[in-house]
Amino acid sequence: MKLSFGLLRGTGSLIALVLIVIVFSVTSPVFLELNNLMNIIVQVAVISVIAAGAMFIILTGGIDLSVGGMVALAGVVSASVVRSSGSPALAIVVCLGVALMFGILAGALITYGKIPPFVCTLGIMSVARGLAFVYSGGIPISNFPAAFRFAGAGSIAGVPMMVIIPIVVYAALWVVLNRTPFGKIVYAIGSNEEATQLTGINTRKYKIIVYALAGLLTGLGALMYIGRINSGHPNSALGYELDAIAAVVIGGTSLSGGRGSIVGTIIGALIMGVIGNGLNLLNIDPYYQSVVLGTVIVLAVMIDQNSKNQRA
Amino acid sequence: MTYALEMQNISKRFPGVVALDRVTLQVGRGEIHSVVGENGAGKSTLMKILSGAYRKDEGTILLDGLPIEITSPQSAIDAGIGTVYQNLNLIPDLTVADNIFMNRFAVRCGVAIDRKATRLGTEDVLGLMGCDISPSAIVADLSVADQQMVAIARVLVGDIRVLILDEPTSSLSPQEAERLFVNMRSLAARGVSIIFISHHMEEIFNVAERVTVLRDGGLVGSWGIGELDEASLVHHMVGREVREMFPKAHVEIGEEILRVSHISVTGWVDDVSFSLRRGEILGIGGLVGAGRTELVKAIFGAIAGRSGEIFLDGEKVAIDSPEDAVRQGLAFIPENRRDEGLLSDFSVEDNIVICNLQKFTRGIFVDRKSCQTVSDRVIREMAIKTPSRQQIAKNLSGGNQQKLVLGKWFLRNPRVIIFDEPTRGIDVGAKAEIHRTIGELAKNGVGVIVVSSELPELMGISDRILTLSKGKLKGEFDRRDFTAERIMLAATA
Repeated sequence: MKLSFGLLRGTGSLIALVLIVIVFSVTSPVFLELNNLMNIIVQVAVISVIAAGAMFIILTGGIDLSVGGMVALAGVVSASVVRSSGSPALAIVVCLGVALMFGILAGALITYGKIPPFVCTLGIMSVARGLAFVYSGGIPISNFPAAFRFAGAGSIAGVPMMVIIPIVVYAALWVVLNRTPFGKIVYAIGSNEEATQLTGINTRKYKIIVYALAGLLTGLGALMYIGRINSGHPNSALGYELDAIAAVVIGGTSLSGGRGSIVGTIIGALIMGVIGNGLNLLNIDPYYQSVVLGTVIVLAVMIDQNSKNQRA
Repeated sequence: MTYALEMQNISKRFPGVVALDRVTLQVGRGEIHSVVGENGAGKSTLMKILSGAYRKDEGTILLDGLPIEITSPQSAIDAGIGTVYQNLNLIPDLTVADNIFMNRFAVRCGVAIDRKATRLGTEDVLGLMGCDISPSAIVADLSVADQQMVAIARVLVGDIRVLILDEPTSSLSPQEAERLFVNMRSLAARGVSIIFISHHMEEIFNVAERVTVLRDGGLVGSWGIGELDEASLVHHMVGREVREMFPKAHVEIGEEILRVSHISVTGWVDDVSFSLRRGEILGIGGLVGAGRTELVKAIFGAIAGRSGEIFLDGEKVAIDSPEDAVRQGLAFIPENRRDEGLLSDFSVEDNIVICNLQKFTRGIFVDRKSCQTVSDRVIREMAIKTPSRQQIAKNLSGGNQQKLVLGKWFLRNPRVIIFDEPTRGIDVGAKAEIHRTIGELAKNGVGVIVVSSELPELMGISDRILTLSKGKLKGEFDRRDFTAERIMLAATA
């Protein structure tokens, strides 16, 4: 039993994804249609981009609960900028900038302020969400120029940006994580932070960079989100922090840091998308989707824990 | 004369303690220099200042006659001071090559790691040390000895002038240690100055050229190795003669208290039977990997897949978990105190109390008054050196942690106590105290089992020695028949 858990770990999420796809393609005739598959990817695009950042943070042994609030805040601020200034470029910079600033702030508070990541990002989640309401007065801001909506609603050669962006992001991050010193350091910090520090690496600096990177990716996610729904709303992206963490965990990244793969994270996001989509096609009560997803998350962590015990 | 490294009048205070008081250390170029002292003498603090983990309060550090400021681990490394820590500080989830090149990856095109250069560099530096570990192996999967080699290789790969080795042999076999000494001498011949911390006299006399002795945070003196013998060095360290390393009190040995019959653990222990009597100290010897730890863990119910029977006072008992074992009056003091024996983030008092909670409970509440009285008593009786019972366990020195673990079990009046490597990594003075404590236990009618890799220790304290080889019982010796040759022969059978 234990051995099978251990084997599952590396390729487990991929096997799970394939099995789920097989089940739904048998039970629902439309599931495998190209349109539907595109639909799934578009559904999970925002979460997958945000989860990539969350994955880096979790690899260092941290956690980020702030992404939902940050999407809302970056969304409403950039929405109002594009409406008032009419400059999509400026609004895009503002959207990414706001999220980036909050990422750097989180990183600085966690490293120099010595606040545990859970508490720090919990606070930022609340602050960001609150600021989003304060800034917008609770009123959604809608109807943007096409250039501002490009990340969420545009396409290149008929392929939606919602498909292109995640692919580009994940390809780039795969290289960063597997081929650059920075990537090794991210793993090393999560595996043994003290040891990493004693090799002469400024772990605080790298942790701040990781939170900044996650912030930037959250900003990109916000841009895709408001572009797609054509509206900036302070109540948007509720619960995204948990979805992002779920994707990372289902993808096999250890919550205690140091182990995990970026490919696993995209598979984790896809598993969530496929389950949601498949259950929809089968006309299963949406409330049950939540039950199924929760079960999947718990199973994923159980696999993680069991493979860890084996190592020890 | 200019020293390669000179630490002048270094002082360091921690709240309530003067850890170092104007200590001076002078190391010549290409010299192997041993820094010795009892637990708490200040060796570790001095080394941590040199490696950038602590900041000194006062004093000067000179490298080749030039003053330098060491403000962080990085600045020590930049200055050419490399440290191999006792707990190695490797990154378990990464490969050997990644660990070695962690802070100095060769990079292609400005961003990507040059993986070929990393692999070749790793093979080079490991080859230099005469070991053939695969660069792509995951560090957590390596043996401790191999991890030790990786930790040293990681330091050597840099441009290094001073190498600090903090108890590098504590987890090495004699052969591996000898290979390390060969490497140390060839490094020294290339002009690297080596600071060697060890508790083993024979190693110090084997490899060191000079010795600096610290005691209670102060400098005792510095001698060429030829000016000393073991007795005088120990005298300098403890400030008193340690007359009896292995004080063996005469104890009346009573009737049988424990008998194990046909114990096997798949892959480790093969059909071992023996008995233990009241007041007897039974030593278990053998080489690393002979199954000694597995045997005693099996008796304690801490290992899965055991077969065989256990009798206590003639009655057959079922011990399938440590909980069962404790209920039956067995105690196990593991080798790895930090991970298995102590709650290292808890205070001395909490450590004593938690293991004996029933004793300290009145109604549904913990009786704080008796917690305090009893912890103070344990601290006093075990002679644990600690500022107070509120001290956090991990801040105690190794020997004092060991005494704390002992004290914890003392309170439960166990019938049988099992020690696994009771004095590993502990200095001379504390060793003798622990040996005395083990003797006291026996005198009180407890049956004691001691697993140890140190033959002098086994022969010094045991009434009887069993030797294991590849999981099988290969020899049994009564005290009057102890000779190192016969026991070693049985262990290597």
